[in-house]
Amino acid sequence: MQEIVVLRVVVRLLLPFILMYALYILFHGEVSPGGGFQAGVIFAAGFIAYSLVNDLASLQKILPHFVVRIINALGVLIYAGVGVTTMFMGGRFLGFSAFRVLPADGQKLGIMLVEVGIGMVVFSVIMLVFYSFGERSGDDS
Amino acid sequence: MIDILHNINLVANILILVFLLCIGVSVVRARNLLVASVLLGIFSILMATEYLVLAAPDVAITEASVGAGISTVLLLLGIFLVGEKEKRVKGRKLLPFIMVVSIAAMLVYASGGLPVFGSGSSPAQSGVASYYTKNSVIETGVPNVVTAVLASYRGYDTFGETLVIFTAGIAVLMLLGKFGKNKNKT
Repeated sequence: MQEIVVLRVVVRLLLPFILMYALYILFHGEVSPGGGFQAGVIFAAGFIAYSLVNDLASLQKILPHFVVRIINALGVLIYAGVGVTTMFMGGRFLGFSAFRVLPADGQKLGIMLVEVGIGMVVFSVIMLVFYSFGERSGDDS
Repeated sequence: MIDILHNINLVANILILVFLLCIGVSVVRARNLLVASVLLGIFSILMATEYLVLAAPDVAITEASVGAGISTVLLLLGIFLVGEKEKRVKGRKLLPFIMVVSIAAMLVYASGGLPVFGSGSSPAQSGVASYYTKNSVIETGVPNVVTAVLASYRGYDTFGETLVIFTAGIAVLMLLGKFGKNKNKT
């Protein structure tokens, strides 16, 4: 694909802000609108923007296929793991109050961990779909 | 004359809905699939603005990022694979048109039976929702009620959602990925 200098420079400038904004939405989702789903999508959008400007191959050097699969499974593991951990600590499945002495603190910790898990799953599924389409055509659009 | 400052919600709603209608008609009538996918991205941004007018910022962020970002990219990848000219549909178009218009008319008529927007006595607000809005900040310590309900009160449902997304990813991998026998095919 022909290189367009403006696109390359703008994406290179914006990429760290996009990724940092995704993390902001993830962790600030308890106070402002946001949360895990939105953060995962925006994080994936940053990587897809990078891949559209450079090759799919250079994205796969940074983020290999097996790493994305591992993140996928890890996200579900974190979510279910939080649930099982609360059961071990004496509460119900996904009953976050069992984490700390004050129930409200336990809820905050549980919600934050669960949102991280959700973000990882959403990010990795979008990257997997993008990789599957991209590999099929032999290069990106 | 409508007093614009007092009815800015109504004005914004009417404006956005008119735009949505125009964009929807042009998506159907576009012959070039690239044009249609960009128009669908515009449709998603307008829907995100409508969600903001309806006071749902979490949904607006999700709709804007998924609809105008990821969806457009995936559509463009698909169009890159199949080509950008749309095949003309042969055959009668009158019967499908009548069917679509009658179903749309039924939906518009049924929407008259919805409760008034934001009313406190609607079925969605008179169940457990009042308990959530009263007690969520005290019990969970999280100011965003939507996140508290999603991740704490209804955490089991969100777990199911995450599993559904995970399963969708696995399904895409199985259908389109290159493993085992398919490893060397393009």
